[in-house]
Amino acid sequence: MTVRQISVFIENKPGNMVKITDALGNAGVDIRAMSLADTQDFGILRLIVDDTDRAKKALKDAGCITSITDVIVAELPDVPGAMTKTVRLLAEHGINIEYIYAFISQEKNKKAYIVFRIKDTENASKVLTDEGIVLAGEGVI
Amino acid sequence: MKAPKTHNILSPEYECMSRDAIRQLQGERLRKVVKREYDNVPIYRERMDAKGIKPEDIKGVEDLRYLPFTNKTDLRDEFPFGLLAAPKSEIVRIQGSSGTTGKPIVSGYTQNDVDVWTEMVARALVAAGGTKEDIVQVCYGYGLFTGGLGAHQGATKIGAMTVPMSSGNTQRQIMMMKELGSTMLCCTPSYATYLGETIRDMGIDPKKELKLKSGCFGAEPWSEEMRGKIEELLDIDACDIYGLTEIAGPGVAFECLEKKGMHINEDHVIPEIIDPVTEEQLPYGTAGELVFTTITKEGMPMLRYRTHDICVINAEPCACGRTTVRMGRITGRTDDMMVIRGVNVFPSQIESVIVSVKGVAPFYMIIVDRVNYTDTLEIQVELDGENFSDTVSDLEKIRNEIAEKIKSVVGISAKITLVNAKSLPRSEGKAKRVIDNRKI
Repeated sequence: MTVRQISVFIENKPGNMVKITDALGNAGVDIRAMSLADTQDFGILRLIVDDTDRAKKALKDAGCITSITDVIVAELPDVPGAMTKTVRLLAEHGINIEYIYAFISQEKNKKAYIVFRIKDTENASKVLTDEGIVLAGEGVI
Repeated sequence: MKAPKTHNILSPEYECMSRDAIRQLQGERLRKVVKREYDNVPIYRERMDAKGIKPEDIKGVEDLRYLPFTNKTDLRDEFPFGLLAAPKSEIVRIQGSSGTTGKPIVSGYTQNDVDVWTEMVARALVAAGGTKEDIVQVCYGYGLFTGGLGAHQGATKIGAMTVPMSSGNTQRQIMMMKELGSTMLCCTPSYATYLGETIRDMGIDPKKELKLKSGCFGAEPWSEEMRGKIEELLDIDACDIYGLTEIAGPGVAFECLEKKGMHINEDHVIPEIIDPVTEEQLPYGTAGELVFTTITKEGMPMLRYRTHDICVINAEPCACGRTTVRMGRITGRTDDMMVIRGVNVFPSQIESVIVSVKGVAPFYMIIVDRVNYTDTLEIQVELDGENFSDTVSDLEKIRNEIAEKIKSVVGISAKITLVNAKSLPRSEGKAKRVIDNRKI
């Protein structure tokens, strides 16, 4: 199971972040999770939102470059050590993580969600679900 | 310590001829070179035939205007040897410069061509006060670029102690300048300024610790303000020198210590000023495009080569005693060529790189500036909105690929900035692709 993540190219200039959040806000899109990969001149903003298609259209209309990537979102209990099991499993199967970020949901009994970007999502999903790790679907988070 | 204002002249028999004698000599030499081109170079023969001109129709300098022009594109189209007017076995040297696209242009020199070029630079050094007692530090780049070898040959010819430092490594340049006691400097004016600033920052007093007296600075346009700055920083006389690979290299024209325009070596080239649009000759004293015909070159002579440099020619006699005409500073270009760190750069070269790279759109902006007396080149390139990869490493890969290709095609490094799709200005007509913030 995967979740669609929307990535946006941002030049490192004042005001560029506003343009993005403004476009999403006006389109009524709720941001569920986000992370920013930054370099000196530019960044890549990665978002998980409640309506990916609407977000993509709103961003495109605002002149942003976007792309959609499938990511794996593991739903874990928010307790110490919970993440280790997941990343160890991936390591034991020789699966490389390209990037990772996380968020916590207050609503659902303090669940932690870890977003993984992995090249072979199918294989990684299988490895994790076989060991009883719950993967969240797009509507869940 | 500035050079005493003496006017030594290397070859007064040519540099101080009467105007009538120069014109006659030019006529004789022109007739020979026209015949040489017609007999040996297909495109010149075709173009003269198309105009219905035979070599014998060209009797003197006054007939120059009937001859066809030569453009940089001809050197590219005939690259590398299509314009040779001498057998390849007679060519002893190749020098090159940037072309308008990815391909460089080259010029082939016979031994005589190298000797003529050497003589021209030697005249320039003598005009700047050079003698065999001097120690000449050459910090132009050595290689296909004519700056380094040109200055080197000229300095050797006048019997000076020649120090082939090549470009870069400022600390070492200054150390050698101090230890050897260099008296003359050959480099770009922006590098001379940078050297001067660095010397001052290091707390070195040129009056006490250096022996520099003068320099020949060229390969890029500069101004009287910059001359003042260089002269003050280094405590020297700063003379302008002009040239281009297509014609010979540096030394085609040079300033004497009067510093009132560059004497053109008229026994080797005939200058013209033309209206770049109508291509008609303009009288001396009028600003227009500078055109050169080489009259002693054997390897790759040029008939009416359009430099695209804009300047004025002054035929008034000079106080130094030379009778050759003088060209004023280059005040502009009739094409879009830029000179960045002494290297000729065309936007079309940059465009040729950008269209060859996947992941970016063919929209770009070239931003040229001067920071700490060094030219900087930034190229902003639009990402291709349809094929955007969301990893930093992929974007860095695109950026590095462009940077490496620019370095290889243009010959200088550039800072590549990736920008949002459709963020660079579009225009209906000729797109503005260059922002030059330099104050020269």
